[in-house]
Amino acid sequence: MPTPPAVEAISARKTYGDGQAAVVALKDVSVQIGKGEFFTLLGPSGCGKTTLLRLIAGFETPTAGQILLDGNDITADPPNLRPINTVFQNYALFPHLTVAQNVGFGLEMQGRPRREVEETAAEMLALVKLEAMANRRCSQLSGGQQQRVALARALAPRPKVLLLDEPLSALDLKLRKEMQSELKRLQTETGITFIFVTHDQEEALTMSDRIGVMSAGKILQIGSPRDIYTKPANRFVADFIGETNFLSADLSGQTLTLPGGFRIDLTPAQTKGRQGQVTVALRPEQIRPADQGLSATVTQLVYFGTDMHSHARLSDGTEVVARMQTSPSGEAALHEGQAITLGFAPEAIQVLED
Amino acid sequence: MAKRKDFSVTRLPGFATIALTAFVALYLPIVTLVVYSFNGSETVAIWGGFSLRWYGIAWDNTQVQEATLRSLIIAASAAGIATTVATMAALATTRTGRFKGETLIYVMINQPLMVPEIVTAVALLIVFAAVKVATGYTGLGYLILAHAAFCIPFAYLPIRARLEGMDLSLEIAASDLYATPWQTFRRVTLPLMMPGVIAGAMLAFVISLDDVIITEFVKSAGQDTLPTYMLGQLRRAVTPEVNAISTALLGLTVLMLTAFFILTRTRD
Ligand SMILES: Nc1ncnc2c1ncn2[C@@H]1O[C@H](COP(=O)(O)OP(=O)(O)O)[C@@H](O)[C@H]1O
Ligand SMILES: [Mg+2]
Repeated sequence: MPTPPAVEAISARKTYGDGQAAVVALKDVSVQIGKGEFFTLLGPSGCGKTTLLRLIAGFETPTAGQILLDGNDITADPPNLRPINTVFQNYALFPHLTVAQNVGFGLEMQGRPRREVEETAAEMLALVKLEAMANRRCSQLSGGQQQRVALARALAPRPKVLLLDEPLSALDLKLRKEMQSELKRLQTETGITFIFVTHDQEEALTMSDRIGVMSAGKILQIGSPRDIYTKPANRFVADFIGETNFLSADLSGQTLTLPGGFRIDLTPAQTKGRQGQVTVALRPEQIRPADQGLSATVTQLVYFGTDMHSHARLSDGTEVVARMQTSPSGEAALHEGQAITLGFAPEAIQVLED
Repeated sequence: MAKRKDFSVTRLPGFATIALTAFVALYLPIVTLVVYSFNGSETVAIWGGFSLRWYGIAWDNTQVQEATLRSLIIAASAAGIATTVATMAALATTRTGRFKGETLIYVMINQPLMVPEIVTAVALLIVFAAVKVATGYTGLGYLILAHAAFCIPFAYLPIRARLEGMDLSLEIAASDLYATPWQTFRRVTLPLMMPGVIAGAMLAFVISLDDVIITEFVKSAGQDTLPTYMLGQLRRAVTPEVNAISTALLGLTVLMLTAFFILTRTRD
């Protein structure tokens, strides 16, 4: 028998309120998260990320559907009976306890012997490099330090799954980068399944084994960062992750006709059996000046140091952005108003679902 | 609240005069009371030099001793009962989802603040008279119950304020960390709400300590509390002994209210 996923949501639905004021925060979400995986829920604010975490943690019961842990139905279990811990967005550290008491709290509630509680708390504080702060009050710590205490507290009972709700969003950029690699290190060292929530696509791409992109209470696509970026399933995912150009095109057999009449042949994996009017996505960095391709007129050039963003208008009026390398001298090979042919590899084209 | 820089009430004409009048009206009688409690003479109105004489007399007066003890017993018991009930009520009105009739319950808890005390007093008198006939019990229980009832809102309000100011995610975090509902209450909710509970208890204690109206109606013969004893004394010769007792009571109240404000102001 194959090992069941660490966490599984089966058609999980959550409705807040009732009657006229009802809000459907999750619309029948199904997802499987593997053991030891770093899984990220990515989506804009209000799309239901926190709600899904709260269902997994047990702070809310689903209106319909099930939550499984290692294949066992835990939908009805209260949070204290689930071997799942949470790092809260606002940390939620106990202000009346010391740092060490905070970290030991979970073990103490599990009824572990005092010695073990203290030793594990010390170990966890060492893991997040806060040994020196053990006897401080949490209010005496900086934001970054509180964050690490929250992490140590959630890891100390060795949960099967760790839930992290936008844990880095309150930190400044430098600290955030530091904590990103710290989190990744802790996850690898402990082997615990991490479910990480963020609305920051770059954070999601750099940290995750797999990403679930959410919008309006649904998971739109699940895949590796590379898959999500290079093969977005639909317009929302393509748009939310990185920059993209959307082109209307026409599919006939395997032949795609782009604005201006430029034709290329796609593979069956790309066309997925679609025919007729489609929208395709094309990443700006995949576009180069070429002999064959889309005819366009350069409308604007924006210098970014590492590269140059060339805005160009196609014959049907669509605005396209291309990212091009800057020359060593920093001088642009293009100028505004110039006619240009934009080339790209056929594999760079993504046919989107509606 | 944002302060408006261009507006300050202190700059309004007559501000100083009004403020001064208010302070004099509020504190002059109290200052007089305190000063005259150190009066060596036989009567309140004539100054007979500084003396602790009346404090000594009050201290040795067995009636004062008994009334004081009775007052303290009633206040402590009533505050204890009121605080327990108020704590439970505050938990029920802040730690559960909104339920039907919540506003009604809120009004009911605070009923003693709205119904004129004399009405409550008469009502209690009638009810307790019937109970006395039925049971034959004539002890302090009636006074304790009556005081507990009107002390509940005073205990409830600071506890509720404290609970409302508390971060709910702390209790959620405790349950996430394997605490049962009881452990969550014992280890997180209770310690964090404690300043509110102590503040509520002290407020209830002080309110019970100086009650006259309800006590006067409910008490049986020989159940004078300190305030009703003093009232009785005033009907006869007024001696600075009353000043001395009042000053002592004032001292105790100020002490407790100071502690109350310190406790309600600590936010962590
Ligand atoms: N307790 C609640 N009561 C009513 N609506 C809620 C509640 N919590 C969340 N919502 C609504 O559910 C939707 C999803 O919220 P949430 O899961 O917090 O999104 P996210 O974490 O992705 O920002 C939002 O529209 C939000 O307003
Ligand atoms: Mg959220």
